[in-house]
Amino acid sequence: MTSTSTDHRAASDAAGSGGLRLLDVTLTLGDGDTAVTALDHVGLSVAPGEFVAVVGPSGSGKSSLLAVSGGLQRPTSGEVHIAGTELTALSDKERTAARRRHIGFVFQQSNLLASLTVREQLLLPLHIDGRLDAAARTRADELIDAVGLAHRAASRPHQLSGGERQRAGLARALMTSPAVLLVDEPTSALDRVRSAEAVQLIAEQTHQHGTATVMVTHDTAIMDAADRVYEMVDGRLS
Amino acid sequence: MFLALRDLRFARGRFALMGAVVALIAVLGVLLSGLASGLADAGISGLRALPLTHMAFDEKATSEQFSRSTVEQEDWEAWSKAPGVERAEPFGNTLTNAQVTQGAEKGEQVNLAVFGMTPESPLAPRPTSGKGLAEGSGGIVITREIADLGVEVGDVLTADKSEVRLKVVGLVDETISYGHIGVAYADLDTWRHLHYGLPGDLPEAALRQATAVALTLEDGADVTAVEKATATRADSKETTFGASPGYTAESSTMALIKGFLYAISALVVGAFFTVWTVQRKPEIALLKALGAPTGYILRDALTQVVAVLVGATAVGTAIGLALGSAMIGKAPFSLSAPAIATSSGLLIGLGTVGAVVAVRRITAVDPLTALGATR
Ligand SMILES: Nc1ncnc2c1ncn2[C@@H]1O[C@H](COP(=O)(O)OP(=O)(O)OP(=O)(O)O)[C@@H](O)[C@H]1O
Ligand SMILES: [Mg+2]
Repeated sequence: MTSTSTDHRAASDAAGSGGLRLLDVTLTLGDGDTAVTALDHVGLSVAPGEFVAVVGPSGSGKSSLLAVSGGLQRPTSGEVHIAGTELTALSDKERTAARRRHIGFVFQQSNLLASLTVREQLLLPLHIDGRLDAAARTRADELIDAVGLAHRAASRPHQLSGGERQRAGLARALMTSPAVLLVDEPTSALDRVRSAEAVQLIAEQTHQHGTATVMVTHDTAIMDAADRVYEMVDGRLS
Repeated sequence: MFLALRDLRFARGRFALMGAVVALIAVLGVLLSGLASGLADAGISGLRALPLTHMAFDEKATSEQFSRSTVEQEDWEAWSKAPGVERAEPFGNTLTNAQVTQGAEKGEQVNLAVFGMTPESPLAPRPTSGKGLAEGSGGIVITREIADLGVEVGDVLTADKSEVRLKVVGLVDETISYGHIGVAYADLDTWRHLHYGLPGDLPEAALRQATAVALTLEDGADVTAVEKATATRADSKETTFGASPGYTAESSTMALIKGFLYAISALVVGAFFTVWTVQRKPEIALLKALGAPTGYILRDALTQVVAVLVGATAVGTAIGLALGSAMIGKAPFSLSAPAIATSSGLLIGLGTVGAVVAVRRITAVDPLTALGATR
């Protein structure tokens, strides 16, 4: 993939005024005695083209942070802004559309559809959005190449290794050139070299397309690649 | 459709199993509707073939009208003068046993469903061979079922007990029956001899009687006045089918069996898609997380449902038609395109309803679960 400044500017404009912004977000899960404060007055701002890493112990609220940022879950209070729109003010339907257009997810467990080939996994988000055209197919092939799955393009998930599945999931998230990319422990199933390549690809995507990227990780190598590193403890971000 | 058809291919084993069940039900559906049409033909094809819209019976005959009703000459005269009545004429109906007394099959026993009418009436048969009816001639026109016993034009039949002689003058080469008995057409006087079991001269009163008044009414004609004046009741043609012996019981039994069949099919399809949808929950959550609107996923799932149902029903119907064609002639069986289309359509329609109920749970899947158990 080549990086040009024109690319960068165009994409930043598309991302609107502001990548990802969380204002005083609190998320309480469960109720009564079992209530858990998964996010405790979290504030976070990730500019377009910025690569942020979040670390923290298990159960500290990292996945919750991504769920709220990506509009999968409404926070109990606070605001989430994505690409200039306030996600927390949207209806369920509008949030679904926002996820489709502006957000890329890479899930903690690789989440692929059993009946689709790697190539079709990548085309799916564009089919959902009614934008499946020749350009999309070209981009899918480029991304499959970039994650090193060219020889696996026609394979289905059950024929792939854990690491290959994670790379396919990453490639899918990048297909729509999302304004915000949310990545949950992407490299757990990858060896050192693959892991470095994946992070390299995410960093490239972030800078080249002006994506605001938040990545949850334990991997110190990834932390080095990030522009900023936050730590999450008991729902608080620092 | 992007996903639906790929899922179909990927899980073809499971879908084939369910498709086979639907296909078998479709086979049964074709055979049952063939049997139902066959039974209906045997029961009422004679009535169906008559060019009329209604029949007026003695108002006291509320069931088995054809054996219980008698109408008088004044009645059909009153009916023919009433407003809204295009045509009214006497119609006689009687079941008779006879024996071939002259002809190749001499001694053969024959059951006849005798329809009596005036020879000039449009109700009278148009024979494919031989001649038509003539008043007072004692001639009858037979139909294929009777001809199949070896009875030919020119033969003479003698009615049991009454010894009334019937000369076969013509043949309508069609299977036309009433109450599972082949129809024979006769002029009114001949019919009266058979009906009253009298070979010689008929009493004066009998000469002015028939079973019912065959009517052709204008659309929406109000005939309550003439019904009242003649103490008769006009039943629609379809209602008269119910007066044919056994017809109502047969058709309601068939309808009941078919109803159960469709219900079973809808439940099987519903159960399959319920399990399928529950199994697919993680994938549905993922699709929603990727921003697929619920409508997109529902459309996709319904495409799959319809594809499976249409495919399986088509295969089953084809097999049913092949089996059914082999049964024609060996059983009261007839293949009617509208009946088979209805049967297949209902199978697909009700299957879809069953599946829609199952697939609806897509709406309730929370995209958040795409983050997985280990979030
Ligand atoms: N549906 C729920 N109801 C109640 N509590 C929940 C629910 N889901 C998560 N939690 C709790 O919320 C807290 C934050 O969970 P979260 O999944 O965000 O942690 P995490 O930092 O991603 O952990 P890990 O590193 O193990 O993935 C945890 O204490 C968890 O037990
Ligand atoms: Mg987590």
